[in-house]
Amino acid sequence: MVFLSFVNNLINGISLGSVYAIIALGYTMVYGIAKMLNFAHGDIIMVGAYMCFFACTGFGLPPVLGILTAILVCTVLGILIEQLAYKPLRQVTSLAVLITAIGVSYFLQNAAQLMWTSNPRIFPALFGNGGIQLGGELTIPYKTLVTICACVVIMVGLILFTGKTRTGKAMRACSEDKDAAQLMGINVNATISLTFAIGSALAAVAGVLLCSAYPKLIPTTGSMPGIKAFTAAVFGGIGSIPGAFLGGILLGIIEIFSSAYLSTELANAIVFLVLIVILLVKPTGLLGKKIREKV
Amino acid sequence: MKRLIIRKKSRKNFLTYGIVVAAYVALMAVMAAGAMPSAIQGLLVPMCAYIIAAVSLNLTVGVLGELSLGHAGFMSVGAFTGCTAAMALANSGMPSWGRMAAAVVVGSLLAAAAGALVGVPVLRLQGDYLAIVTLAFGEIIKTVVTNLYIGIDPQGLHFGFLKPDIGLGKGGKMIVNGPNGISGIEKISTLTAGFLIILLCLVVIFNLVDSRSGRAIMALRDNRIAAESVGINATKYKLMAFVLSAAMAGAAGALYALSQNTVTASKFDFNTSILILVFVVLGGLGNMLGSIVAATVLYILPETWLRQFSDYRMLIYAVVLIGMMLVTNSQKVRTLLGKLLPQKKTKEKEGQGDA
Repeated sequence: MVFLSFVNNLINGISLGSVYAIIALGYTMVYGIAKMLNFAHGDIIMVGAYMCFFACTGFGLPPVLGILTAILVCTVLGILIEQLAYKPLRQVTSLAVLITAIGVSYFLQNAAQLMWTSNPRIFPALFGNGGIQLGGELTIPYKTLVTICACVVIMVGLILFTGKTRTGKAMRACSEDKDAAQLMGINVNATISLTFAIGSALAAVAGVLLCSAYPKLIPTTGSMPGIKAFTAAVFGGIGSIPGAFLGGILLGIIEIFSSAYLSTELANAIVFLVLIVILLVKPTGLLGKKIREKV
Repeated sequence: MKRLIIRKKSRKNFLTYGIVVAAYVALMAVMAAGAMPSAIQGLLVPMCAYIIAAVSLNLTVGVLGELSLGHAGFMSVGAFTGCTAAMALANSGMPSWGRMAAAVVVGSLLAAAAGALVGVPVLRLQGDYLAIVTLAFGEIIKTVVTNLYIGIDPQGLHFGFLKPDIGLGKGGKMIVNGPNGISGIEKISTLTAGFLIILLCLVVIFNLVDSRSGRAIMALRDNRIAAESVGINATKYKLMAFVLSAAMAGAAGALYALSQNTVTASKFDFNTSILILVFVVLGGLGNMLGSIVAATVLYILPETWLRQFSDYRMLIYAVVLIGMMLVTNSQKVRTLLGKLLPQKKTKEKEGQGDA
């Protein structure tokens, strides 16, 4: 019995961790290339979840089309935000960019509040309510399986994309040195826009998966998971794709275990304590590389 | 040349002191004449608290060049510890101003300790870590205070965490009551005290900025590598400014709490931190007078005359944050504005705009 609940918690942890990992992958991509902390990432998750919700319940579209709608809207939104708010600030101090990003995040949250009110909406069960029986009383719900598979597929896809394709190599070049990349004929602006597009698309997927697991949808749904996913990205080493994956999974497990065995109220506080401890002990994260500063 | 710059600077500092004192005298005169609307009278002390919070955040954002998104968390620390101190001293026979001063001192000391706790691991790192860690800190504080129980009985203070039963003896009284926060606070903070703390904060900040340490802090803001290469200890000076800022926020929190009937942990959430940031950004980074004016206007207006727009308030704040950053930093937006307003010369603002 104790073992069963342990395994159940572990599965829940990995499932939640997979959502964090997908969000963290978006954070890490943008941070790696644009060198900025995209605070609005968490709110793009929320927009994605709302889009999928309206597509599936309002227009009665099948789940696949609902997810595609969310991805499409979020990608456009991500590029739009980048062009309007972040692009004019490419050359200035990171403080100004950070304040702008917070403004964008706050804007999305409050615009959603005005448009869709703060009444919670119940997200539909897109992947059915059943699950796979694993002997005895242990069942894995389909939504958990989908979440974990999606996370692994996305991570492997991103590693292959940044490692093997021309565009991916251009991205890595931009993250190393923007000026040198430009001299090599890489279109830096287009590359940064593409990164935002990918990050926002991932946020849309994460939003749908998050709300499938926790169906209460409100305008602030995305902000807390967004911050936690940033913690996950730092945990794994910011800028590193496998790091974001590892950090996300570990953080999900930590959160579920602390709420199961320690205290539900303190679970959030414990997750953030992890962030502070990591920054104290190993600021580069588990898989991060030490970046040397150049003048 | 150098002397000229210093003189210009101190003239601006004296202008700031002068405006604050004049505002105080004017408010006192209006109140003595009995012409102050009662709706505004109750807002004055909280307004002072927000001004102090804005000025202290401006020290972190404008002078140090780091972003704190958990300033409300430091206010919360100050509010709850300060209030506890004031209520613990309630039967000691101290006059109310003495208890208030004790509350402010205790609140700012503990907030400073919290600032050091957050600052030590984070400020030695480069990058935007402080923003996210202070945000996390704000959440941690909210969780901790929501589950905190403090009571007092003749034996002294009793503390409890997560469970309301803290074993109070006879004649005991709860002070901090978990999610319900502190209720039945004696409103002992006064407008005079608020203005005195504002002046004290201004004196500390202006003197810090004009001192050797202040120049080191600003050098770190403008170019960390260059500053470190001339031997400035980055962690030490950053920590100095940040802890000072946290202490002032704690004082603001204590002042605020003692002007309310009840305070709960949810009062000091992320929205409050953003509100203070909006004051600072709108008033101008590094410009203390700007922060004071912005805090005054943006605190009084929405509470009194602009209530019907309250739904749009947060949205407008968000637009203000983005718009201010684009206007002050982007060359393109500036030239566009310059074309629209040809008679106004766009002047490079102090301490920002250089990449």
